[in-house]
Amino acid sequence: MNINNPIRKAMRDGYGEAIVELAKRNKDIVALTGDLAGSLKLDEFKLRFPDRFFEIGIAEQNMMGIAAGLASTGKIPFVSSFAMFVAGRSWEQLRTAVCYANFNVKIIGSHAGLSNSRDGASHQNLEDFAALRAIPNLIIIAPCDYNETKKAVHEAARIKGPVYIRFNRSETPILTEEKGRFRVGRAETLREGNDLAIISCGAMVYESLVAAQELAKKGIHARVINMHTIKPIDKEAIILAAKETKKIVTVEEHQVNGGLGGAVAEVLSQNSPARLKIIGVKDRFGQSGALGDVMKEYGLTSESIIKEIHDFYWK
Amino acid sequence: MKISEKTIKRLEETARTIRQDVIKMVTQAESGHPGGSLSETDMITALFFNVMRHKPKNPQWEKRDRYVQSKGHSCEALYSAMARCGYFPTSELNTFRQIRSRLQGHPSRADLPMIEASTGSLGQGLSIAIGMALGLRISDIRSRVYCMIGDGELDEGQVWEAAMSAAHYELDNLCAIIDNNGLQIDGWNEEIMNTAPLPDKFRAFGWHVIEIDGHDMSEILGAFHDAERMKDKPTVIIAETMKGKGVKFMENKVEWHGKAPTKEQAVIALRELNG
Ligand SMILES: Cc1ncc(C[n+]2csc(CCOP(=O)(O)OP(=O)(O)O)c2C)c(N)n1
Ligand SMILES: [Mg+2]
Repeated sequence: MNINNPIRKAMRDGYGEAIVELAKRNKDIVALTGDLAGSLKLDEFKLRFPDRFFEIGIAEQNMMGIAAGLASTGKIPFVSSFAMFVAGRSWEQLRTAVCYANFNVKIIGSHAGLSNSRDGASHQNLEDFAALRAIPNLIIIAPCDYNETKKAVHEAARIKGPVYIRFNRSETPILTEEKGRFRVGRAETLREGNDLAIISCGAMVYESLVAAQELAKKGIHARVINMHTIKPIDKEAIILAAKETKKIVTVEEHQVNGGLGGAVAEVLSQNSPARLKIIGVKDRFGQSGALGDVMKEYGLTSESIIKEIHDFYWK
Repeated sequence: MKISEKTIKRLEETARTIRQDVIKMVTQAESGHPGGSLSETDMITALFFNVMRHKPKNPQWEKRDRYVQSKGHSCEALYSAMARCGYFPTSELNTFRQIRSRLQGHPSRADLPMIEASTGSLGQGLSIAIGMALGLRISDIRSRVYCMIGDGELDEGQVWEAAMSAAHYELDNLCAIIDNNGLQIDGWNEEIMNTAPLPDKFRAFGWHVIEIDGHDMSEILGAFHDAERMKDKPTVIIAETMKGKGVKFMENKVEWHGKAPTKEQAVIALRELNG
């Protein structure tokens, strides 16, 4: 990976490709969407497996219930919509019909975080980790790039039980390898360093790597950890980082309340207290704008991360 | 009811201006929802420039009629109508979907207080409109509440929960409009999720149903006046419309649901709308 000039590809393309690969091998794979087949890159799936594709229309609550029913007959449904609607609108159907029964449903939330930048707050889910983290049985994954999304989708199909995968709308840098298996709940260290540890997920992993590269020039050597699984969170990696670096920074495209930062805080405070800085959206709604403008406004660029880490480090 | 030729002509001219604004806004923002804005424009024009009692210079006037844009994605036509009747300067339309604008990609009451409800997540507007209608009624305010709903949006179960409660509460101060353009995002309504037969469904739910050509200004005005006379029942106007109406290359084309034209395409569209 060339961090200064990376190849970019949308994570949702990884989803669209992975579900076709899966469906070729496993006839139980079925896909559902709520009038967003194109946005979720399901066009090819729809073409090749018309009998296993269900267009439910703009009815996410119904869709989640139907997925639960399909799972009860041994199918592996992939419920696909914007993160806002699939993790928001149908939250209780997900909790009770799917997770309480521990049905084998995969929930795919695209256009997460601020990535649906022009559409504005109504379409920008910055609360999904917080809202879903409290639900028992549910695994939550936020891959950092196209390759990781593909692998995570394959892994999700191997797991028996509900899995939520959230990713972005936009094309984001490719950071991880195509080969290898995605390991749920096992964080990956992408850069070594012992002055502090940046724990990040999703598209913010790239911004964190860029920040770490710049910080190194100023003599601050940051470890960068890709915490792709939000739940179950990798406690060992967090505790080890706390012991070795003493300072932890989390970076996420999510509210600072209840998300990755919250999950890390829970682990630190109960196991290995360390100084913690949570970087994310500071308890406000998103808004419309060009993607670059919006990310800047909310402080989710590498420049902004560098500044916050600098202040935190020398405080 | 007799409506003068002059009134009709004037409203048609205004609708034409609004359609031009829609094209300019989405082109400038390089995003947005032209198709559904162009299909609803004639009804929005009739409401804001003829039917509704409201005071753009006093937007919080408590006796105002209220308008809820349930199909929040097509707010371009609404913003244009609001600007053109004086709620805010038309120059502000240029800020649509840009950072720190009051004109969010989907209507935001927190940013633009004269917007009655924050929408964009489909299926929620009619419930909000019902709450307004109930609140006005128990306050003895005789204002009316209008709610614009997409035909694809009717897939949402909440719309039908709301439909049931509007009839249950005999909300004759409520008028819903269905922008029946036949299309949603993935294709034609009848292929994505068939909601037909709409008039029968609404009648069975206890509504007064009016079916019109949603691009015929005198039919539109007639329907709103008819609705106003209805007692003890909510009215739904099922307006047959065309997605992308007024711009030939957008008409009835699903791909123009949520996409901006290029600058060159915009020139062609504006020329056509200039007539
Ligand atoms: C709850 C919810 N689910 C999905 C969407 C994404 N979405 C935006 S517009 C749209 C299609 C709307 O179709 P329709 O109601 O017919 O509107 P129109 O044709 O007038 O544009 C969809 C699915 C949304 N905004 N809200
Ligand atoms: Mg429609």
